[in-house]
Amino acid sequence: MEFALSEDQRLLQDSLKGVLAGAASLDQVRKIAVGDAAAISALDDALAEFGLASLLVPEDAGGLGLGLLDACLVQEALGYHIAPSRFLANALAATALTDFPDLLTLIAAGEAKFGLALTELVSRRDGAALTAEKGKLSGKSLLAISVDGATHLLAAESGGQLHAIEAVLDIVPMQTIDRTRTFHEVKLAGAKSLAAPKADERFLAIARLLVAADTLGAAQAMIDKAVAYAGERQQFGRVIGSFQAVKHMCAEMAAKLEPGRALIWHAAHALDIGDAEGPVMANLAKSYLAEAGTFIARTSTEVHGGMGFTDLVGLHYWYKRIGVNRQLFGSPEQARESAAGLQGLLA
Amino acid sequence: MKLDLAPEYEAFRAEVSGTLAKNRHLAPTAEDKGYKNPKRIAWQKFLIEHGLTARTIPREYGGYGAEPDILKARIIAEEFARSRMPGPMAGQGISMLVPTLLELGTEAQKKAYIRPTIQGEMIWCQGYSEPGAGSDLAALRTSAVEDGDHYVINGSKIWTSTAKQADMIFCLVRTDPTAKKHEGITYITFPMSTPGIEVRPLVDMTGTANFNEVFFTNVRVPKSGVIFAPNKGWQVANATLTHERGMLGDPNATKARFLELVTLMKAETVNGQRLIDNPVLRDRLIKLQAEVYAMQANGLRITTSRLKGEPAGLAGLIVKLNGCDLNHEIARLAIDALGEFGILYEDGEHLRADGSWQWRYMYDLGLIIGGGTAQIQKNIIAERGLDMPREPKLAKA
Repeated sequence: MEFALSEDQRLLQDSLKGVLAGAASLDQVRKIAVGDAAAISALDDALAEFGLASLLVPEDAGGLGLGLLDACLVQEALGYHIAPSRFLANALAATALTDFPDLLTLIAAGEAKFGLALTELVSRRDGAALTAEKGKLSGKSLLAISVDGATHLLAAESGGQLHAIEAVLDIVPMQTIDRTRTFHEVKLAGAKSLAAPKADERFLAIARLLVAADTLGAAQAMIDKAVAYAGERQQFGRVIGSFQAVKHMCAEMAAKLEPGRALIWHAAHALDIGDAEGPVMANLAKSYLAEAGTFIARTSTEVHGGMGFTDLVGLHYWYKRIGVNRQLFGSPEQARESAAGLQGLLA
Repeated sequence: MKLDLAPEYEAFRAEVSGTLAKNRHLAPTAEDKGYKNPKRIAWQKFLIEHGLTARTIPREYGGYGAEPDILKARIIAEEFARSRMPGPMAGQGISMLVPTLLELGTEAQKKAYIRPTIQGEMIWCQGYSEPGAGSDLAALRTSAVEDGDHYVINGSKIWTSTAKQADMIFCLVRTDPTAKKHEGITYITFPMSTPGIEVRPLVDMTGTANFNEVFFTNVRVPKSGVIFAPNKGWQVANATLTHERGMLGDPNATKARFLELVTLMKAETVNGQRLIDNPVLRDRLIKLQAEVYAMQANGLRITTSRLKGEPAGLAGLIVKLNGCDLNHEIARLAIDALGEFGILYEDGEHLRADGSWQWRYMYDLGLIIGGGTAQIQKNIIAERGLDMPREPKLAKA
């Protein structure tokens, strides 16, 4: 038995963090948030060179053939550095399209860049819905992810049927609290379905798990920043980190987050080996990290005092990353409802 | 990442589960109450003979004499839980004194105490906390003054569980009042039958006396009871406190309670609706399940660290804080789910689960405070886990 990351996995994460420390430094992210094209393409290029697109694609389709645990480690590093990335979209497309080697090959080669129009899989509002007729997909999807610059979309009918389609031009930006990642309203009028895999419970569980991993990284960054700030900031003639009131806030954050890390590892491993409990664990992880993340986002900001509330230290980028993640692919309440359903606890 | 066990361990699991299943008739039942109950002692001896407890204690001291093996220990614990059979005896003698003796005791002390203790024939209590020395344990003032081959002890202890039943006490006393507070303490053992010892039960919020106060008035005890050396008691005690912290917040015990809660919420109905079908209660249940699973996974991580001989770091430091809090929250949800029936206690026609949920809701609060308060745990997490600075000491007036 060994419940730990392998040497390769540690190396993968460390080297990615090294890349992100440069291309997704806070200064760079600030530029990306205001749409600076050079900063956006610098990060995209760095991540493409790292080979992120091919991570989950099987080796026989030209990918690296790594597992979900590896994908979670990547997503965690992206969250830690609040890096906007198409990784989530490509990873989910690769997960859904296992029976479509041609598309997989395009993803691995970086020729297919996927966006996601999946919101209505979980929540339908304001008349948004996609429907397919004779292999053509029409309708509206809200809060679509990574759509700008995409060559393809993974889109969901509200009934759960997925479709891969070529990217559409009819998109309208939707402003969220998180200016680093883009969200769009997408309108489809008879887009040709290139592949139609079904969104099963495993697919949604993986989507939620990856978002949970992103929050794990962002929340860890917020703890690290709080501990560092508390070790420097002086009031009443001593560093504030020596006050128990401040120390206990940091301890509470660490105590909440650390088991979440183990839960993500366990859920990812369970999904990787096909353990029947995997989807339950992934939904529990989404719930756990959403709650722990929200607590840490607030508490870390408080440890920073008034500075935490300003734009100067940039802490709000992490706060907003965690806030958006909490709702993506379903709220924590929806994740718990799914976990209950998967265990036969719904009447 | 690899969660399955090597074949030798799967074989070991089969052997353990077979031994337990075949010998169910030997296990004590709810009727076999009390310390030193013959059936419980016989079961304990059976478990030792079969390597199911006292496993790594050398044979010459009455143990099974196996090499330490963390996975085998874990498998044994899991099989006891799975079989729902009564596990080995615990208690402070077995879990704290015996490891201390093995590490620091003299040959004579090991020979005299380990065998009867692990067999359940010698009961111990722990004399650490005092009315003026709780979180600040090293401020203890119970004095031991030399008198020839003896010490004369005066003072009092509190939070002493099993003091009424105990044959012996292991105790921290101040032997050098002039030394710095950590350096004048001695760890000493002596019989509870020594003249001058008075035990008063300490009734707590559960309505029972789970603990006692112990008073010492001119209690003469031989110096041969000292463990390791005079004035080195703080180091000796620290060796055992590590064992105690490891016991509180066990995630497998928490999972067992969680499963009881699920059973309760499936079985109970209000207005004809099962509790589990109430969406608000169900949401709270699954929220707790996420925490239970997270602490279990955290436990796997700790086990792996131990197997590799590496420190478990933050994952280890948070167990007591999180585990005790989680137990309390599980009891809280059970009471809320039972609603008006959740307030029933002790006895009566409509009482559920023998009133154990209310009992746990109170007793578990005691465990949030005891064994190092939640606040002391947070200091430890911050200072040792996050490297945060210690509180500056007050300048001496």
